[in-house]
Amino acid sequence: MSATIGVIVYPGTNCEHDAVLALESLGATAQLVFHDQSSLSGLDGLVIAGGFAHGDYLRPGAIARFSPVMAAIEDFARSGGPVVGICNGFQVLCESGLLPGALQKNKGLRFLCEDATLRVASTSSVLTAQATLDQELVVPINHFSGCYTCDIDTLRQLREEDRIVLRYVDNPNGSVDDIAGIANETGNVVGLMPHPERAYRDLLGSSDGVVLLGSLIAAATTRV
Amino acid sequence: MSPLEPVHRALGLTDAEYEEILGVLGREPNLLELSLYGVMWSEHCSYKSSRIHLKRLPTTGPHVLVGPGENAGVIDAGDNIAVAIRIESHNHPSAIEPYQGAATGVGGILRDIFTMGARPLAVMDPLFFGDPEDARQQWLLNGVVSGISGYGNSVGVPTVGGELTFDRCYQSNPLVNVLCVGALPKERLVLGIASGPGNLAVLLGSATGRDGIGGVSVLASAGFEGADGAESLDDAKRPSVQVGDPYEEKRLIEACLALLDEGLVVGIQDLGGAGLACATSETAARGHVGMDVDVNAIPRREPGMEPWEVMTSESQERMLAIITPENLAQVEALCKRWEVRATVIGHVMEPDRDAEGEPIGRLRIRDGFDGPILADVPASSLADDAPLYDRPMARPAQLDALHADDPTNDAASVDVAAAITQLVVGARAVFSQYDHQLFLNTVVGPGADAALLRLAGPGLPASERGMALSTDSNPRWCALDPRAGTAATVAEGVANVATVGATAKAVVNCLNFGNPEHPEVMWQLSEAVDGMGEACVALGLPVIGGNVSLYNESGGTDIDPTPVIGTLGLVDTVVAVPPSLAWGDDQAIVLLGTRNEDGAVPHHLGGSRLSVDVMGRRGGQLFSVDYEDLAKTCGLVAGLVSDAAAGKPSLLNSVHDVGSGGIAVALAESAAASGVGARVENLESVAELFTERPGRFLVTTTKLDVLFLAAKEAGVAAEVIGRTGGDTLVIEGHAEISVEVLRNRRDNAVAELLDA
Repeated sequence: MSATIGVIVYPGTNCEHDAVLALESLGATAQLVFHDQSSLSGLDGLVIAGGFAHGDYLRPGAIARFSPVMAAIEDFARSGGPVVGICNGFQVLCESGLLPGALQKNKGLRFLCEDATLRVASTSSVLTAQATLDQELVVPINHFSGCYTCDIDTLRQLREEDRIVLRYVDNPNGSVDDIAGIANETGNVVGLMPHPERAYRDLLGSSDGVVLLGSLIAAATTRV
Repeated sequence: MSPLEPVHRALGLTDAEYEEILGVLGREPNLLELSLYGVMWSEHCSYKSSRIHLKRLPTTGPHVLVGPGENAGVIDAGDNIAVAIRIESHNHPSAIEPYQGAATGVGGILRDIFTMGARPLAVMDPLFFGDPEDARQQWLLNGVVSGISGYGNSVGVPTVGGELTFDRCYQSNPLVNVLCVGALPKERLVLGIASGPGNLAVLLGSATGRDGIGGVSVLASAGFEGADGAESLDDAKRPSVQVGDPYEEKRLIEACLALLDEGLVVGIQDLGGAGLACATSETAARGHVGMDVDVNAIPRREPGMEPWEVMTSESQERMLAIITPENLAQVEALCKRWEVRATVIGHVMEPDRDAEGEPIGRLRIRDGFDGPILADVPASSLADDAPLYDRPMARPAQLDALHADDPTNDAASVDVAAAITQLVVGARAVFSQYDHQLFLNTVVGPGADAALLRLAGPGLPASERGMALSTDSNPRWCALDPRAGTAATVAEGVANVATVGATAKAVVNCLNFGNPEHPEVMWQLSEAVDGMGEACVALGLPVIGGNVSLYNESGGTDIDPTPVIGTLGLVDTVVAVPPSLAWGDDQAIVLLGTRNEDGAVPHHLGGSRLSVDVMGRRGGQLFSVDYEDLAKTCGLVAGLVSDAAAGKPSLLNSVHDVGSGGIAVALAESAAASGVGARVENLESVAELFTERPGRFLVTTTKLDVLFLAAKEAGVAAEVIGRTGGDTLVIEGHAEISVEVLRNRRDNAVAELLDA
């Protein structure tokens, strides 16, 4: 039986259909989960998709963390369920405290939609388990607030605990330590700014996102 | 003299138009009624100066489902999918307030598309500014690009291309056009028609505020006063610019598409220019019914708004849905889910009958549903009966002198390397600010001759088809010869979509012209319409929609005629990335298409970028296009590229259309894109290097014999002009430029303007 992955939709989310398309083409069952739901029963993994949750007029992710679904996501994560926040989803995970740090405006103060080359920095996460260390992946970025930042102690901790999972080869947005994605202590909650679903087939210019989404699907499959 | 006379003029109505209103009503209008006529009879809403000419365009074809006159044109794309397309201008708002002007331009066109039941899938933005070195132009460019990026990215529709043109004629009147395509399951197609007396008119979305009052009349249908810079006097027009909220629009899109999926609406219409006045009168007029509107029921952003303000406000992110009373509870529940406000503001009414028994629907604005009537006018008199002007036309007196000043013979002394370097300017710094990938459809994105998208999206039937989009314009050509220039612009669009394997199926147009009260401008408009019509007939293309933006003038000076053509093409199968404009190493460069024009002068430079931007010469003769030859060449290229897109072996390694900047700039763009140089021979003159006649392509191949055979079979001229390789672009006898220099110029020129 294939894993069922829930894709969280807030009003203003816009990458939910893309996440569903990519996950299903890789063999998972994907279903949209509306922000007012408080139960995630029947789901083996979660993607918090990109977009502008609740308009993001205050600060990306700042309102979304108060959604009814958020408590359920926290429970799911605490029970070891794989959770991947992509772009706006990463911002939501940081705002909700499931991941440390914050995403600031890009250093150039412009929105950036372009390919980024990533280097796999850790394979001990649900997003990178099937990748190899130092593997380079071309995956598009699409954000205004993608400059990851955290205090020096947190950065030390992230490094020591092998929780920096992806780094930019050529840092586009000013993120500290070239960070493109990080994981929680147990590796089952991952946030990243690049969009692996936008690199799910060669027709779109890259299929390097497959190894990332495939890792997530594999992690979810163990919970079926 | 009527005491209201000064008021009608303030609302943008002429004395003669006021007399006509007296005739329609048989009495004097009150202020509210006059306000309705003021916005609905504005140039922007009524096309009163252009309709007489637009009628001459070909608009039909077997695959056309909806032609001009509706919110968007729609074609049958096969596989039970219909594609909706529209183009609009938001020129004057963007000149006054570039961020909001451009943002609301995007918002407005999206509503035109989802009004038809289509999900908006892509946007393109042709932009036109004045001198790029001028600080105000840089401010405008930054503001417009940020507005498109800020709104388009948030609302969740990718911006997949466009154009960036700098010319001094836009110094005080920039142009911001926006094209949108959407797709829908064919059976979901809906029209903006009110029907069924007893049905309800439900206003969806934002509350109504005082923003954008008089946008169509005060702002869009009059020129700017100020000369260079357009400041001072025109600052007073800023309150006529609307303010956009992409988050509201995103929820509105989802709610409206869900309402249509559930079959809960009878008709639906967006609120754009002229706001509720337009939406209520147009839906009622199309359905030959009446409508009673309770002005007090309309949710407002601020207290104290007068009825005329409420009815003419252009507050953004609003839709008017016509529903049956039985569905109201379901509509309200669905809107609540998307946090979209839904308010019953009107009732569809039985029409009156005239002496012949024909229905006359009346639009009545009331103070409470059963309260006093504040305005009572025939809906069709607002929507359909605006005056039709056949304005005087005159060929500009200076044209003969302009044609005589031909730069073609003076080009031999041009520094070709410097000219190429000057002209090879890419817009990556602009389009990297746009999300151009959402929906996972973008196979060829911005920066190419045309965009190529998978024809797919949420809720659409499965398909492997692709659609190609291009926007094209050329004010330099059209200033010399608006008829031939517009025709060639259509040809350019067809050639551009061919480079991604597509056959053009339909065009839309945005006619940006000066003041129609100037006979020269009306002559330009009329000529442009005829040129467009001639090319479309020759190439078998229907014109399925358009927009006319007049009064693009400042201090009495009109812009050069700027018809923008949006071309929609289709590709049968898109499962592989087709060849791009980037070369590989050691490939033969082949020029496809007839090399010389008929007649004594083989290559004309009039209106070319070399003449205007490098030599500073705006005069001369335009090239002539052989449309039969162009169609054959485009057909061959589209066929060869579509083989590659279908995953079959292709004869082509790269393909690039020869357009603006001619062969020279096309070569430089390919070199910059690939990082590979070339040695080019056999190009006889500077004029041949820079002439811009469409219908020629540069392709590279490693299968020369087979390509020549295919060209011969298709009756298309083919000639080897060089070979790729090395790190320098060498055009023998003319120029040697390092690829690095070309690449830097391409990548950095616009970035430097944005950072200035």
